[in-house]
Amino acid sequence: MKCKKCGGRAVLELRRHNTAFCADDFLGFFRSQVLETVRRWKMFTREDSVLVAVSGGKDSLALWDVLLEAGFRTAGLYIDLGIFDYSRESKARCQSFAAERGARLIVVAVADAVGAAIPAVKDVTRRPTCSACGLSKRYIMNRAALDHGFGVVATGHNLDDEAATLLGSTLRWDDSALARQTPVLEATHPKLVRRVKPLFRLSERETAAYAFLHGIDYVVEECPFARGATSITHKEILNRLEDASPGVKATFLVNYLERARPLFQTREQVDLRECGRCGQTTTGEVCAFCKLADQVRRATGAPARPALEPTDPAPLRGLISDLHAASEIHSA
Amino acid sequence: MRVILRNQGRELELAGRRRVKELLAELGVLPETVLVIRGRELLTADELVREDDVIELRPVISGGCR
Repeated sequence: MKCKKCGGRAVLELRRHNTAFCADDFLGFFRSQVLETVRRWKMFTREDSVLVAVSGGKDSLALWDVLLEAGFRTAGLYIDLGIFDYSRESKARCQSFAAERGARLIVVAVADAVGAAIPAVKDVTRRPTCSACGLSKRYIMNRAALDHGFGVVATGHNLDDEAATLLGSTLRWDDSALARQTPVLEATHPKLVRRVKPLFRLSERETAAYAFLHGIDYVVEECPFARGATSITHKEILNRLEDASPGVKATFLVNYLERARPLFQTREQVDLRECGRCGQTTTGEVCAFCKLADQVRRATGAPARPALEPTDPAPLRGLISDLHAASEIHSA
Repeated sequence: MRVILRNQGRELELAGRRRVKELLAELGVLPETVLVIRGRELLTADELVREDDVIELRPVISGGCR
């Protein structure tokens, strides 16, 4: 198979684009796709400080790599979940990645924020592990961005992640989740940082190929708690459809965003206020993260984590069409 | 050839040569779900893999909370 651009030996076929690329031309294609997405969806500009949430996996490190090479002002945020060897290895990969590129890496441990690492949190909450983990990560991302002065958080969600989330929400007809699904989660409150997904048009195979071909040392092993996750089943189903009909994943997602999402965007009135405990946004008196931390503390006897001074306890009434409180979004 | 199924923690020994797409079909692996790696190179579906090759099938699916 030959590269459609230069005629050299192809290393990757992209059936959905009816094309194939050599290593150099694929790397160029990948970078241009990311940067075009950032530009077209107005995710951020070169004036913004972007906090890139990195897990040590292929997607987030590929994203950070592209943004660093393109000269964006970025720092990495590694959230240490405390999941045994998996977290030790992923943290080491992120630290090496940052050190090799002279980039800043901020590390926050879930155990410090919530009172216990994810394996212990899993035992004390009725939430599925991935739900408690996701809640903690979204909370820490937002809080770390505010604490360190970043205006944008970028995550490595790819086409497969987003299409699987969309499939899951559609199967449940979860209109609230459907309304929220977007690659740009706007900051609708002073305590919310805008969250963007620059890889949402690139498949997992493409991000893995980029990482491999560009020599990024990433963690191939999956989180031990992800085995059997529903999101993986949804991805498998979508990949079967993709095999039979190349391009169907992208069509499913992109057409949803362009054509169907506006139909789900109800402009609902939400009382968005600051959590009386930590000052982060919530729709209630106490945010979901603080409730989780309370559960952990009761079960483990861990000391209460230091509360932030609430800055302005008055509730903010606003029209929120696509984002509820960051700490209470249960889907990516 | 030796086929390393990464993340499953197992390896297979297969006799004879075949194209990558034939290898994946034989193992019931969807092309969209793996990188096919020989040494430091990626292989496309039409590449021929030989009896003395070592091939890694590296999964690309991430799961759980993202």
